[in-house]
Amino acid sequence: MSPPPQRKWSRYAVETKALKLLRPLGIAFFVLISLFPFYYMVLLSMREISEVIESPGSILIGIGDISFDAYDRVLRSVSDGGEGFVRFLINSALLASATVVLTLFVSILGAYAVARLQFFGRRQIHFLFLSVYLFPPILLAIPLFVAFSKLGLRGQLPVLVIVYVAQTLPICVYMLRNYFETVPKSLEEAAEMDGASRLGIIRRVTLPLALPAIAATSLFVFMIAWNEFLFALLFLVEERDNWTVSLGVSQLKNIETPATTLMAGSVILTVPIIVIFLFAERLMTEGLTRGAEKG
Amino acid sequence: MAASTEPASKAAPGRRARKGNTRARRDSRFGVTLVSPTFIVVMAMVILPVLWALVLSFQRIRLSGIRRLDVFGGEYTLRNYDLLLGSSDFLAAARTTLLYSVLGTAGAIGLGLIAALLVRSSFRGRGIVRGIMLLPYVAPVVAVTFIWQILLSPQLGFVNAIGTSFLGWDSPVPFLSQEKGDLGLLGVSVGVPTALLMVILFEAWKSFPFAFLFILARLQAAPPELEEAARVDGATPTQVFRHITLPQIAGVIALIAALRFIFTFNAFDDIYLLTGGGAGTEVLATQVYSFLNARNDVGASSAVAMFMAAVLAVFLFVYIRFFAGREEQT
Repeated sequence: MSPPPQRKWSRYAVETKALKLLRPLGIAFFVLISLFPFYYMVLLSMREISEVIESPGSILIGIGDISFDAYDRVLRSVSDGGEGFVRFLINSALLASATVVLTLFVSILGAYAVARLQFFGRRQIHFLFLSVYLFPPILLAIPLFVAFSKLGLRGQLPVLVIVYVAQTLPICVYMLRNYFETVPKSLEEAAEMDGASRLGIIRRVTLPLALPAIAATSLFVFMIAWNEFLFALLFLVEERDNWTVSLGVSQLKNIETPATTLMAGSVILTVPIIVIFLFAERLMTEGLTRGAEKG
Repeated sequence: MAASTEPASKAAPGRRARKGNTRARRDSRFGVTLVSPTFIVVMAMVILPVLWALVLSFQRIRLSGIRRLDVFGGEYTLRNYDLLLGSSDFLAAARTTLLYSVLGTAGAIGLGLIAALLVRSSFRGRGIVRGIMLLPYVAPVVAVTFIWQILLSPQLGFVNAIGTSFLGWDSPVPFLSQEKGDLGLLGVSVGVPTALLMVILFEAWKSFPFAFLFILARLQAAPPELEEAARVDGATPTQVFRHITLPQIAGVIALIAALRFIFTFNAFDDIYLLTGGGAGTEVLATQVYSFLNARNDVGASSAVAMFMAAVLAVFLFVYIRFFAGREEQT
């Protein structure tokens, strides 16, 4: 043991050295746990199921052993003995796009009002948004399920669009409001001097300036709608023609499907999301955390 | 929420005041118009359903009777709540939910905090590393739960393959279907709820990017001078973290903890897809679903869901009471 005066110095040295060593290891650990499952998914989707059963521990694949049979099976239509995922891809794309358009339209108006206008109930509106996150989706699912069953509309995609709009509205209003608040008021006032109407100001001044935020918000909504599972399961499960990709993959498991097919379905489900994310990661994360930086 | 006219409209003597006044009123009316679509959608798809679920939870309704259902008619009864409080399944699910939410939240924040500290100062490839670390959170839940299922599978799972051939496991561990397992540690065998532990680990893995992102944003907005000054004064890295860094990010961590707790408490997808609620992982959300789907009992499932909402309401009240005020000061 070293004497007390040196100990303080040595603690400093030990900690600094240890951190220098541990930091790259830590980063490597996090990259590994974040990336490996996805690598394994892609790998498995391209292997033969017999090989996987034989050597489940191998994580490399020869170029010659790559097989796209699982993808073929997943994408082929049901009448050709496949799983009909092309149909599900179209459904998911339509559903997510419609959700984006409708949510944006509603939330742009709402966010502008909350950011700029003094109106009755402006402060209370946040409690309304809070309620969307406070109440478990499964709680909302029961009465919505009962109501739409009663109306005979349950299996329809447009019904799901409305549900998704309600689920994504608060986060959109929040993200857009943060951005609208950064648009200088003087610009809008100048436009008003020139005789533009309020709606004209929103359309010609505020919206063009907020375009990055609107793009980020759209992609965010698209991802949420694309990934959603609970409502799709409850509402659509009996209407195979209306299944989304998420639901389609989850139902692959019910029938005895080889793991490779399951993984091929998962890849098809994941790829669009990863592409969007790679394309716009900065844009999206900045919009989301803008409020958090203040504390 | 009846819109009473602004009190300011009474007093409007000067021309200027009147002008400002009509302007304010026009703004107010316009604001209400703009926000009304949002209001209507949330009202119709969230608030009214919640109120209706409350009504349903006091009725005896089965799914088969839906078409004949008279919305507010029918008898009201406490049967559903009575049934729940006497049911050991319900109490077990409530306990599991609490354990799952608390430990899942703690795990996600712990991992997220470490990750944020690691990636905080710049290095080559930092942007890519940051992007990769967000993948578990953005990827579709259906896909990632299946990847985990296959990784952990006893027959063709990677984890068991490594465990049996390199780590000396006697036999493959059915991670997601084993309710109680023995963990041998330093010669001592400890009983562990294997499947529950796995879904908690999954939750920590899937959600750590959320904590990571917000903590990192807060860290990067913090002024570097404070930490530099402490370092100059001879504080060690752990001391700097404990006394300088941590107090600065405590607010955002409290906020993330509250959000993650609510999300995890409400989560249905993860456990439903990983274990189907079996092997001791039944939480309240999956119980609501099984009441609705397997037992066709709308009344009982509404009662469980209302119980969840009540717990969260209490939680939120406590949080706002004790934490929100403090945050504003810092």
